Amino acid sequence: MKDPRIWGLKKSPWVYHVAAASCNNCDIEILELLTPRYDVERFGIVLVGSPRHADALLVTGVINRKSLPRVLEVFEQTPKPCLVIGVGSCTCNNHIFRNSYNAVGPYDKHLPMNAYIPGCPPKPEAMILGVVKALSKL
Amino acid sequence: MDLTGWKLAFAFVVFPGFAFTATMGLVLTWVDRFVSARVQWRKGPPVYQPFADVLKLLLKETVVPAGASKVVFLLAPILGFAAMCVTATLLFYVNFFPQGSFVGDLIVLVYLFALPPLAVIIGASASRNPLSAVGASREMTLYLAYELPFLLALAVPVIRTGGAIRIGDLVLAQQAGGPFLYSVSGVIAAVIVLICIQAKLGYPPFDMAEAEQEIMSGVLIEYSGVPLAMFRLTKAMMFFLMPCFLVTVSWGGLASWWAILKFLAIAVLIILIKNTNPRFKIEHALRFFWFILGAFGIAAVILASVKL
Repeated sequence: MKDPRIWGLKKSPWVYHVAAASCNNCDIEILELLTPRYDVERFGIVLVGSPRHADALLVTGVINRKSLPRVLEVFEQTPKPCLVIGVGSCTCNNHIFRNSYNAVGPYDKHLPMNAYIPGCPPKPEAMILGVVKALSKL
Repeated sequence: MDLTGWKLAFAFVVFPGFAFTATMGLVLTWVDRFVSARVQWRKGPPVYQPFADVLKLLLKETVVPAGASKVVFLLAPILGFAAMCVTATLLFYVNFFPQGSFVGDLIVLVYLFALPPLAVIIGASASRNPLSAVGASREMTLYLAYELPFLLALAVPVIRTGGAIRIGDLVLAQQAGGPFLYSVSGVIAAVIVLICIQAKLGYPPFDMAEAEQEIMSGVLIEYSGVPLAMFRLTKAMMFFLMPCFLVTVSWGGLASWWAILKFLAIAVLIILIKNTNPRFKIEHALRFFWFILGAFGIAAVILASVKL
């Protein structure tokens, strides 16, 4: 074990869910993770209500000119070190909104992303795998 | 035994003060999360989970919001935390050395248990966040609501012993004449204290000050890093100390092995109430505490004064 800070982050990643203009499918699938079937609290993952408590931001939705400043503000409000994980195809490549005048994604133009989880919406198993990969990179 | 000099420092910092109570509180927090998970047919987190949470929060960045009153914001958690360390020392000392306590320590304990909510209110008000302010006002209302039945229920053992406001006397009277719980007024008082514990800890159905879904963890919304860890430790210590307090004042004291089972029974009861009840509205909670539990409290006091 190298750094207790990294160990703490790996063992208890608290997640704040940033719904940046998504269609709500990814959001519903994120809530699926907390149900008895998947139960991510086994790994210490808890959904928290305030970005001040968060260690990982789960961003969903295609980023656009209106939501970009809000997402950046939430990122700045989060105490560091924190992870940023994009959930859904919209975060990866703007998906079906790629020709829209309003889409300014993908996210890594603006934020230091740790992982992208593709899928529309991604399966809960895929999300767990994505979070595990992002954490094991630390 | 006299608690002076380095003995007092040891009692305050290691046993039964900070180190012991915090460890037991965090283990109890794990029990809480585990039982909650099992109630919902989940697997639940590992035993070290609350320790990992606190360690992580202690090592994280602490953000002070712009425009917040910095000194008050950062000192507020220490108030509740220190109060819980003193409470632990006092409570265990009077249980194991009933003769050594002073007159009025029951009142001192009631005031010490009032400090963590006060710390939360002060910290939340200093954070300059509107949701925090809503949470603080709810916490204040809730405090005013549950303190009345709590004090009425605590009057019952005092009346039963003929006006002893020394916890040592309460413990000795129970060792001589059986726990206060085994009587009508004792049962009513214990149930009232149990419900007030639920509210003091801010657990459902009385978690409106921290309501995650409506005001985004309310009073704690701006806290991060070390102060948040201290608030969580304070709550864990309180979760350990409140059932101990209930066992002390109405179920025979802590100085026997049975006390462990009694303590666990009360703790599991609190967890089950927490898991099976939805949140009250704040005005409903006020009405419930003042007019329903308050009435039961007065009835318990009357029954106690005719020795039932």
